[in-house]
Amino acid sequence: MTESTQSHAMPTPQALRIAKLQRVQDFLFHGITQFFALSVLIALLGIIISLSINAWPALHTFGPAFFFTQEWDVVNGEFGGLIAIYGTVVTSVIALLIAVPLSFGIAVFLTELCPTPLRRPLGTAVELLAAVPSIIYGMFGLFIFAPLFAEYIQPALAATLGQIPGLGILFSGAFNGIGILCAGLILAMMILPFIASVMRDVFEIVPPVLKESAYGIGCTTWEVVKNVVLPYTKAGVIGGVMLGLGRALGETMAVTFVIGNAHRLSPSLFAPGTSIASTLANEFGEAEAGNHLSSLFALALALFIITFIVLAFAKWMLSNMERKQGLKT
Amino acid sequence: MKSLFKKALLISAICVAPAAFAVDMTGAGATFPYPIYAKWAEAFKAKTGSNLNYQSIGSSGGIKQIKAKTVDFGATDNPVKFEDLEKDGMVQFPAIIGGVVPVINVDGVKPGEIKLDGPTLADIFQGVISDWGDKRIAIMNPGVKIPSGPITVVTRADGSGTTAIFTDYLAKTSALFRDAVGSGANVKWPAASTVGGKGNEGVAANVTRVKNSVGYVEYAYAKKNKMTFISLKNKAGNFVAPDDATFAAAAAGTDWAKVPGMGTFITDASGAKSWPITGASFILLYKNPENKAAAAEVIKFFDFAFKDGKKMAEDLDYVPMPDVTTEFIRKNVFTKVITK
Amino acid sequence: MNNSSNIDPAVFSRRKRANKIGLALSVGAMGLGMVFLLWILSVLFFKGFAALDLSLFTADTPAPGSDGGGLANAIVGSLMLVGCCTLISTPIGVLAGLYLSEYGDRSRIASITRFVTDIMLSAPSIVIGLFVYAFVVAQVRHFSGWAGTIALALIAIPVVVRTTENMLRLVPGSLREAAYALGTPKWKVAFMITLRAAQSGIMTGILLSLARVSGETAPLLFTALNNQFFSTNMNAPMANLPVVIFQFAMSPYDNWVNLAWGGALLITFAVLALNILARVVFREKVQG
Repeated sequence: MTESTQSHAMPTPQALRIAKLQRVQDFLFHGITQFFALSVLIALLGIIISLSINAWPALHTFGPAFFFTQEWDVVNGEFGGLIAIYGTVVTSVIALLIAVPLSFGIAVFLTELCPTPLRRPLGTAVELLAAVPSIIYGMFGLFIFAPLFAEYIQPALAATLGQIPGLGILFSGAFNGIGILCAGLILAMMILPFIASVMRDVFEIVPPVLKESAYGIGCTTWEVVKNVVLPYTKAGVIGGVMLGLGRALGETMAVTFVIGNAHRLSPSLFAPGTSIASTLANEFGEAEAGNHLSSLFALALALFIITFIVLAFAKWMLSNMERKQGLKT
Repeated sequence: MKSLFKKALLISAICVAPAAFAVDMTGAGATFPYPIYAKWAEAFKAKTGSNLNYQSIGSSGGIKQIKAKTVDFGATDNPVKFEDLEKDGMVQFPAIIGGVVPVINVDGVKPGEIKLDGPTLADIFQGVISDWGDKRIAIMNPGVKIPSGPITVVTRADGSGTTAIFTDYLAKTSALFRDAVGSGANVKWPAASTVGGKGNEGVAANVTRVKNSVGYVEYAYAKKNKMTFISLKNKAGNFVAPDDATFAAAAAGTDWAKVPGMGTFITDASGAKSWPITGASFILLYKNPENKAAAAEVIKFFDFAFKDGKKMAEDLDYVPMPDVTTEFIRKNVFTKVITK
Repeated sequence: MNNSSNIDPAVFSRRKRANKIGLALSVGAMGLGMVFLLWILSVLFFKGFAALDLSLFTADTPAPGSDGGGLANAIVGSLMLVGCCTLISTPIGVLAGLYLSEYGDRSRIASITRFVTDIMLSAPSIVIGLFVYAFVVAQVRHFSGWAGTIALALIAIPVVVRTTENMLRLVPGSLREAAYALGTPKWKVAFMITLRAAQSGIMTGILLSLARVSGETAPLLFTALNNQFFSTNMNAPMANLPVVIFQFAMSPYDNWVNLAWGGALLITFAVLALNILARVVFREKVQG
């Protein structure tokens, strides 16, 4: 008894030593883990700085007009990013236009309509498909989809939508199979499982009591989805769509296989074009230091910044969703 | 017993010895000679154990990577000018000769059935002739059934020596093409429907897949994939089909030693049997390389290829460099590279 | 008295119709989505199986025009690249995740890091490849497996960080508090208690990062380049499955295209297997 009161009153030198050692160890622990956490930050900053330094000559020579110029003349050293940016934006927009409604339908099915024993396996199947590497989609597009596209779908589109005045120009030109529209469709297939699983996760967060109250006053399933689930998860849905957009913008392999690699701007969706990522993949290995290489870095920087903004917006939207759920951000 | 053991040791030493001196080399560049370089590399590895890792990324890629010193040698069909060679401290020599062949994908047409001349071919690639049913094609091919349809032009998406050779020919035979498009490793192809392929492989793959398309590839790619090629009218006025005999006829008599840096185009050559789009593929080496052991091995490799690789080249329808030229290269180019 | 004539039959049937249409469209969307995805996977399986035989694993990549051949050097190269990437990214990612979960509530740096990690999770991988080329390959003046590993690690680390942090946060605070009450220093609590409790979750994160980088092509294009021959030298260009598939698929040679499908099937198998394994490990943890 007296011993314990003694140890309470006066710590032994041994105990003091241990305590000091532990303080040093904790300080080291804090420092080391903080260092590694910071390394991610440093990597991001490094990427932005490195891209900017390498892109500076082109931006300095061409100015901000670089992003609106159509030229891509390797011989004379005249470069402009418009064609590549156009290709990236148009293929991503086409991909979203197709993937978002389909994902929405899949998410509604998985949360409202699917019989319960099937829910887990089908949901897992969708998530696994989101993990399939993009080069598979590219190969599928080139070998299977593009020939069918050229043989059946392109003539059908030209015969129907191509006849509408004003819209017709979008579907004009030779039926090559590969081109901007094909690339957009392959991208849509690629981001479909991704957006669908995010939407499904977000739909499942809706408190059952809200849905049950709506059912209780006689709403149909569709009305519940439209008027209860969707408004509640609005931020999350937009966040998921933005995540899909971010992936589509940066996608290299799935697009390079089927976009046709032509540096030209054409109003037709059947025409071959190029995107930022496929321009980089095709030309980086051979661009000599100077305007060509610097222009490629400028395009890479543009892509990185656009993706950054889209993803930051998506994250903000999704964190709003988490806040509603009561999770800490 | 002891002598048997000694013999076994000696034999195993001999087997291991080449591998012990094996040096790995990395080269990058033109897709034009890739099939023959890869074949030579396999044979060289069997003989000496050294790996020649050749990455076919296009002629412009080869020039860039050797300038960046990330590879031991660069390969390009678009020769570098002598002034630029001197400025960077490099030497250049031709390693192999081959032919560029226009290939098409049109229903019902057999290889060599369609005959064209330089100006008409230039018109097609320029987009002036945009349909297979065009009269200008039909006039040159009486009796051949060519279904009409819009022409899709397949070109190179990357900077390409094959493009340089092909456009050099088109510019030589068609003033219209020369003024509108020009020649070089990268040109702006003006045709309305153009698709780009990466490397000779990409062009061949695209032509095989896209209907009513026309493109240009090195002959080894066309032959291996049984593609439909076009017969061309050469300078002497005869229609010729591509094969190593017509390539050799075009290259015969070329004085490779005349131009400093050896960078010579031999398109539109005279000669009754010459194939008009013949060209050589060149190798770039530093005079004072960083990795001297690898540079020495590269020289050994091409020496081996010049001596023992002739049959392999001819099997793939390339034309090996003539002995007088390889002697010149050994005396005047290899000696300039510091390997110790 | 409830008068059922309050219900306007026209409105009611309109609502029912809208419901039927909406749900039918939804089922249709699921059907269409599943059809596409099953189509892709079945094409992959059929074409890939045609290429699967022993020579795929024993022979090296063939020269253009040569017959036969296999993917042995590419498979070994990919295993080495992904393996070294995991060795680098796991400690960095786990330690960073530890920082975010143990110190992350009060630190400004932590919330910025979390934000940045989420961005890097979906950053375009080709840009990362360009960065590593400019930063590593151009400086040392040769392509190498190490450059490829660094590029892959930059993609894998955010995955590991995020999953580690989420898993560590799931560990009940009472566990930590009990350890602190006994006088355990913070680092011991972190390693011996928290990390141990979350270890299967962290395994999940590592497996997911492995799955993610196995299929990445763009970052390897300009870093590890490719190699025609078998090589285990990480300091030189290294053959790897994704770049070989990229090169072979766009070529006109039949045996190359065949090998490309075989390689694609191998990668997909690996990725799916890793994902399923990750799920199984996680579920065991939740139930166990």
